[in-house]
Amino acid sequence: MIEISGLTKVYPKTSGRRDRGVTTVLDGIDLVVGDAQIGAVVGPSGAGKSTLARCINLLEQPTSGSIVVKGQDLTGLSRKELRSARRQIGTVFQSANLLRRLTAAQNVALPMRHAGLPDDEVLRRVHDLLDRVGMLHRANHYPSQLSGGQRQRIGIARSLALRPSVLLSDEATSGLDPDTTRAILGLLAELRDDLGVTILVITHEMDVVRSIADVVFQLDHGRIIEHGPVAEVVRRSDSALSRALLPVPPAAGPGELRRWQVRYATDEVAPTWLTAVGADLGVPVAVLAALVEEAGDSAVGRLTLGFPGDLEDAAVAAVLERHGLRGSAEDAASQRDEKKDEAA
Amino acid sequence: MLPMLATPWPDVPDMLGTALGETARLVGLVMAIVVVLGAPLGLLIYNTSPLGLTPNNPVHVSISWIANLGRSLPFLVLMAAIIPVTKLVFGTTIGFKAAIIPMSVAGVAFFARLTENAVREVPRDLLDVGLAGGSSLWQVVTGIQLREALPGLVAALTLNIIAMIEYSAIAGAIGSGGIGYLAVNYGYRRFDGNIMIACILALILIVQVVQFTGDRVVRRLVH
Repeated sequence: MIEISGLTKVYPKTSGRRDRGVTTVLDGIDLVVGDAQIGAVVGPSGAGKSTLARCINLLEQPTSGSIVVKGQDLTGLSRKELRSARRQIGTVFQSANLLRRLTAAQNVALPMRHAGLPDDEVLRRVHDLLDRVGMLHRANHYPSQLSGGQRQRIGIARSLALRPSVLLSDEATSGLDPDTTRAILGLLAELRDDLGVTILVITHEMDVVRSIADVVFQLDHGRIIEHGPVAEVVRRSDSALSRALLPVPPAAGPGELRRWQVRYATDEVAPTWLTAVGADLGVPVAVLAALVEEAGDSAVGRLTLGFPGDLEDAAVAAVLERHGLRGSAEDAASQRDEKKDEAA
Repeated sequence: MLPMLATPWPDVPDMLGTALGETARLVGLVMAIVVVLGAPLGLLIYNTSPLGLTPNNPVHVSISWIANLGRSLPFLVLMAAIIPVTKLVFGTTIGFKAAIIPMSVAGVAFFARLTENAVREVPRDLLDVGLAGGSSLWQVVTGIQLREALPGLVAALTLNIIAMIEYSAIAGAIGSGGIGYLAVNYGYRRFDGNIMIACILALILIVQVVQFTGDRVVRRLVH
């Protein structure tokens, strides 16, 4: 479990020798990820993601705020305490960052050797870790002989070497192809389930969040502007984060239909709701675009539906609500605007 | 041509052998000093820079300035300029001992820069891996920075040895002994073209062997 509260990072803004005030990169970040949970921090470039990552793995000292792991605050420690605190947080770096002159096994062993573990213990753990990430057969290969995905598996094994209670994945899948990304994310989910480790994923890839995160935090200009369990965020509103997590494909449909944006607003939407809504309203309902997927034990979804134009909006909304959905009609003006945009 | 100045053929193998031995001794001794002092200096220059492990601008600028000082003079000028120091240390301004000081000064400054360049090639992210994993600064420097820079450091060493062989020949002018001394004394002062050619061939051969060996070791170290 990791609890971050009020984390702030301020850099002095210098231009030449003149002091030009300060730049606040992180502004009071609060964030909690429980044991055996995967939390994802998402945000655009420049939102402060990498600074947050460097504060969490204690490469940077935050200006204020606390990072509590297993009940111990890891900020404001002396240099000696800092070294052992850093061992509680394993970091999986972007593009793995393996030492080029060490084999896979030696790379995994490095943090344990630096921590002064006895040889037989190191060998045993290296074997177990390589086995866990499915890389035993590559133990004596050098990084240059491994693929990007294999290197990242070794990087994950290394990050687990000192048995950290928190694993920080800093853009670990950026630059990997989709299949490899899926395999690496599968491995992270496995670690969460088997070892009960807390995983914090920092990423700009929404697909990563959708596929493995339990909770999501949207970072923007150094603040968390929205957060919550992934399914809840998607059901709660039509915010930018919600739409990014569950993007509805572009809809194309006959112009005489009134288009509605609809989302699953509860976790009790019957799989056959479409037929039921059509029956309740007494009209056929057109599905113009849809994305429905599983989230936890229930479904989340976002759709563009088409209803005959002569229906009362309030009646449609009421029927949707009854089935656990929430929707709103695209107003005619915006539909016309869209057409104009397309024409232009 | 006076008979006295003719090439002393019977003595040539002995003269060359002794000269080679002296060159090896001089360069070997100087290189030991160069590595022991130059490598830490180079590490200090890099690690106090903004990209290093412990950025410290005043320290960086001053050490960097000192290293530049040793590299700004042509070796012949440095050798002359440093004579008072040599005299103070060894009580003499000529001979083997006298050559050690100017060669070490030039060599240490050169190797400090070469070391700085070699460790600069190690990505900063790799140092962060060590720090984030709880390694000490010393462990990061020795276990990651130097280890990853090893091929570059061996290439730097090769370059430095060759430069020192060249300097040792220049130091022949102050009686350092060695191949350069032989070339200056017999080849230049006594106009003995044969000895000159022999010295030139010996120098070419040594440099080729050093470079070839260095390249092979570097290739072995790169994975």
